[in-house]
Amino acid sequence: MNVPQDLRYTKSHEWINVTDEEVTIGISDFAQSQLGDLTFVELPTAGDSVTAGDEVAVVESVKAASDVYSPVSGTITAVNEALEDSPELINNDAFGEGWMFKVRLSDVAQLDGLLSATDYAGLAPGDA
Amino acid sequence: MIGTAGAYFNPDEARIMTDQLFQTPLYEVHKAAGARMGPFGGWDMPIQYAGILNEHHHTRTKASIFDTCHMGEFEVKGPGAQADLENLLTLNVDTIREGQCRYGFLLNDEGGVIDDLTCYRRAGEHFFLVVNAGTRGNDASWIKSHLSANTTFTDLSPGRTKIDVQGPGARQAVEAVLGPLPDLGYFRFADLDLGGIPMTLSRTGYTGEWGYEFYFDSAPAIDIWHRLVGGGVIQPAGLGARDTLRLEMGYALYGNELNAHMTPAGATGGAFIHMGKDFIGKPAVERELANPTRHLVGLMLESKRAARSHDRVVANGETVGEVTSGSVAPSLDCAIALAYVDDGFHAPGTELAISVRNKELPARVTGLPFYTDGTARKKSR
Repeated sequence: MNVPQDLRYTKSHEWINVTDEEVTIGISDFAQSQLGDLTFVELPTAGDSVTAGDEVAVVESVKAASDVYSPVSGTITAVNEALEDSPELINNDAFGEGWMFKVRLSDVAQLDGLLSATDYAGLAPGDA
Repeated sequence: MIGTAGAYFNPDEARIMTDQLFQTPLYEVHKAAGARMGPFGGWDMPIQYAGILNEHHHTRTKASIFDTCHMGEFEVKGPGAQADLENLLTLNVDTIREGQCRYGFLLNDEGGVIDDLTCYRRAGEHFFLVVNAGTRGNDASWIKSHLSANTTFTDLSPGRTKIDVQGPGARQAVEAVLGPLPDLGYFRFADLDLGGIPMTLSRTGYTGEWGYEFYFDSAPAIDIWHRLVGGGVIQPAGLGARDTLRLEMGYALYGNELNAHMTPAGATGGAFIHMGKDFIGKPAVERELANPTRHLVGLMLESKRAARSHDRVVANGETVGEVTSGSVAPSLDCAIALAYVDDGFHAPGTELAISVRNKELPARVTGLPFYTDGTARKKSR
């Protein structure tokens, strides 16, 4: 399973790239592989305030729709509009081109509750 | 966020499944190919190999092979076989010629659909029925309890293999591997020897593309599968693509569009139901055809955001129907759905909406099939 060491994760399979007070969020490679071919992505709106745990996006595969939760609280600063025409970017590159949205953190301390790559890799079933 | 990732077809079915799933003779082939497996109709079946979209497009443009061994095969024969099947089935058995097959319904006394099936006439009073996996046991009991004394019923399914090869390139790809195929019309079949194996070859399918269903004893199943795939054109496709392909054609799936609590009148508007004879369940069908309450319609959505089974169909804020199947349509670049809507909301062009979670998605009633470039009915290939 592909779990980059430099990212943080949630039990619900979002990843968080922490560079500064603005973090980038997507869904993990494990999540995309479980969902299969993605066919539709609904993104949040830049400027919206979000609270950790909010349903902020939807990813749909051929067979099912799934909510994506914001792992952090803050303000949405950017969304990956390329996903609207090309949801397969998440299948092809979940941790890169398939990023979903960015959040400016309301409080940096909330990052302490996120999982490390090692913790996340230990949670997700599948081939290591 | 992958809480629903386990959902594959019909959540109702997943709930009633038991731990003990049947495996087809091709189970190990699927595992070795890296297929994602899932339960369907009591069987552990391949859902996808390369990915549903890839498999869907490959079927529409080239040819794909599907393991359909889960489906049931019955033999009904004897001097009263035709009369018994005429009584049991909605289709016109009388006019099926030898070497021809026909689609129709098996109904209960109330007109509810026990199963949808295909009825083949092998010889005068010798028939072959192909039924769904999850309904096979019920079908067998019902049919056996309605046969006359001289009609024999045999469930051929154990030890039998059924594979479908479907796609515009199916004929050439099969012939390149197994040798020449006869010219078969749509819904015609032949018993023949193919690649050294005695088979029944039927020009039928569930994808809307030109193709075949192969029926044979299971011993050479793995060998035949490898030979067909080994030709380099035919790729394996799972039940995921089978579902998007059939949905684009507007074909009913038992358990979604059809069940034991509804007559087939709303689903077909009378097609596949021969009213010029008596059959079990006919009075209820007759009443519904005369005074229809709901109609199965195709709904075309504006975006690729899909509606799903059990989503509500609304008009001016009122619920007027329910989605039975919904998905993105890979060949149409938008989402589509089949839904039952109340009488009066079923005319093509009617603007409705589907309540999907917290949103209302605009949806327009459209004629079926959704996908009109299918090759299934072409005269030659």
